[in-house]
Amino acid sequence: MEQKHLREDILRISGVNPRKCMKCGKCTGTCPSYDEMEFHPHQFVYMVESGDIQPLMESKGLYKCLTCFACVERCPRQVEPAKLIEAVRLSVIRQQGQNHLKPDQIPAMLDEDLPQQAIVSAMRKYAK
Amino acid sequence: MQRIGVFVCWCGSNIAATVDVKAVAEALGKEPGVVYFEDYQYMCSEEGQNKIKAAIRDYKLTGAVVCSCSPRMHENTFRKAAAAAGINSFMVEIANIREQCSWIHKDMQSATEKAIILGRAAIAKVHLNAPLTAGESPVTKRALVIGGGIAGIQTALDIADAGFEVDIVEKKPTIGGKMSQIDKTFPTLDCAACILTPKMVDVAQNEKIRIFSFSEVDSVKGFVGNFNVSIRRKARYVDEVKCTGCGLCTEKCPQKKVPNEFNLGLDQRRAIYIPFAQAVPKVATIDPDYCTMLKTGKCGVCSKVCAVGAIDYKQKDTIVEEQYGAIVVATGYNPIELTKYDEFAYSQSPDVITSMEFERITNAAGPTGGVLLRPSDGEHPHKIVFVQCVGSREDGGGCGKTYCSKICCMYTAKHAMLTREKYPDTEVYVFYIDVRTPGKNFDEFYRRAVEEYGVHYIKGMVGKVSPENGKLMVRASDLIEGKQLTIDADLVVLAAAIEPDKSARPLATMLTASMDTNDFFTEAHPKLRPVESPTAGIFLSGCCQGPKDIPETVAQASACAAKVIGLLAKDSLTCNACVAHSEEMLCNGCSSCEKVCPYGAITYQEKEFRMPDRTTKMRRVASVNPAVCQGCGACTVACPSGAMDLHGFSNRQIMAEVDAICK
Repeated sequence: MEQKHLREDILRISGVNPRKCMKCGKCTGTCPSYDEMEFHPHQFVYMVESGDIQPLMESKGLYKCLTCFACVERCPRQVEPAKLIEAVRLSVIRQQGQNHLKPDQIPAMLDEDLPQQAIVSAMRKYAK
Repeated sequence: MQRIGVFVCWCGSNIAATVDVKAVAEALGKEPGVVYFEDYQYMCSEEGQNKIKAAIRDYKLTGAVVCSCSPRMHENTFRKAAAAAGINSFMVEIANIREQCSWIHKDMQSATEKAIILGRAAIAKVHLNAPLTAGESPVTKRALVIGGGIAGIQTALDIADAGFEVDIVEKKPTIGGKMSQIDKTFPTLDCAACILTPKMVDVAQNEKIRIFSFSEVDSVKGFVGNFNVSIRRKARYVDEVKCTGCGLCTEKCPQKKVPNEFNLGLDQRRAIYIPFAQAVPKVATIDPDYCTMLKTGKCGVCSKVCAVGAIDYKQKDTIVEEQYGAIVVATGYNPIELTKYDEFAYSQSPDVITSMEFERITNAAGPTGGVLLRPSDGEHPHKIVFVQCVGSREDGGGCGKTYCSKICCMYTAKHAMLTREKYPDTEVYVFYIDVRTPGKNFDEFYRRAVEEYGVHYIKGMVGKVSPENGKLMVRASDLIEGKQLTIDADLVVLAAAIEPDKSARPLATMLTASMDTNDFFTEAHPKLRPVESPTAGIFLSGCCQGPKDIPETVAQASACAAKVIGLLAKDSLTCNACVAHSEEMLCNGCSSCEKVCPYGAITYQEKEFRMPDRTTKMRRVASVNPAVCQGCGACTVACPSGAMDLHGFSNRQIMAEVDAICK
């Protein structure tokens, strides 16, 4: 998908308006996965707004977001960065031909570093 | 010998917890001349004041020392009480044993000793006190407003509304000022002309207001309540009374190549002109620098077409002398010159413009009829870069200003928003260091520019603008992304810092009103007396006091009018009793005092003196106008012969206090 359409698609999936962001950095300040993500929540918001999405989709840290929603809870402008991060993940999955996560794939994927919450979150979204 | 009473206040526990008030009263009771002493919990209360009054009557006191808080707090209270008991109020002195003693010390013994010393100094001073009477001076019930922008207009209307006569002196051919050049006003986006021009008409129609347009203040003499001002009415070569403002001359004048200053030189006007359609007064003015008739004596077209014979090529400047009780300074501001900012290519490309030029380009009455077109080729710009803080918040060394110009964040948000509203296909970038939008509905306004109109706000400054192949290559930093950007812009708009009008500095000298290093007028108190100059009778309205937007300017203009009305409503003014005076026998006429006086209170006069051999001799001596003197004491220090002294704070009194402290 073209970068421009990709941006619109992500905004439509997430329902997020990144223009509301005031760049205060509270989302990143509160993020428990900070050390494991090369792009941090505030950068997701900013980069999606400026259409700079490919690096986000290729980043390993994309899957390190716990979906704990601390950033959503604490954002003073109700921008909801975690929803944006999920939308980027969805975009990656959709580009890979709808290869959703299946429950029987999970045991093979389990490792100590993978947060349980991320798996639960993935199941919730991709079960259908 | 004075009969002095000493009154020591506890101020609850404020003083009594740290100072042994009874010991202080008893110690001071032993001082020479003290015939009565007393301490009380709250000396400022009615009961406490009654104690002072009773003591004055019962013990026939001639002076009193109150050991209490700062004289700023209650000197007046105790002086009034003393006057009610029948002694001159200036026979009361305060020893500050709270702010200068109990509040700053912990040890009771040393604090008590210090309180006794402070009391002793005050007693020593009272011994030399003499009754003082404040003089009175009458008030001329008319006001002068210098500057006819929105600040001057609002102040004049409010003063006239209270029934006082007001004159406005405006150096341009019309009143209206900067606001008449502005297109829309933030945060409501109503059109500036629509809300300003009715006020201009109100000024013209108000019977209490006279407009001296195309005029300047030549000199100011006098003092609060009694200013004598001479106003230079510059020759406009058109009879103001006869001219009907029909505008025929401005259409027929053959000299068409005059840069139009109202449109900041973006188009041309004729040599005879009316700045804009709603000008007040609507009278033509001839520009002598361009008029062929005035330069060569050959032309006279305007005179031929004028149906009422208003053109007068022989008109000369005239001087009008007027008296005023109060003077309002409303001289306003100008954007700074940007020619030194080479990095923004302002002098190299016509497509790098100032925000004020942008206002004219987007104004329906402007050179493009309100259509956003580039000055270079008249094409629509599709990518516009706004740069904020150009010349603001710089370190003192460069060509910029150290202060924040305050209005740029909001008008840039307005420009960006209006551009996106009218031309949605235009990409708009705003480079900022900080976005500062405090004010009612201001931050919401800026957020609307970002959220609703999609203006790209980028944290970082533009480093370089270079014109290349009809584009402006803008190199800037994006500090949040941590990268350098290059944008190929069609138009670059610079939010230039604002500075006080150049006429303000010489005017301040004429008015002996103080200014700061940036040439903004200083207020009497930055918080509590914000619209008055420290010089009595001079008031401040609008941007001459500091950068301000329109709502703030109008609020300050009305506040200023309230202060002027408060002055003009009085029939006479009570002067400060503690003023300087010169001992004529000692005065050598050296002018040292006159030079240091910040209020212009000292003048020199030739006076005849009798000599020992019965001849007379003319000598130049200083004399102080007590209505103007504020009692600052600068002259008493500057006087080399010791002729200058201050009533209530004489050199002898101060030395007596020092002696008492050092005893």
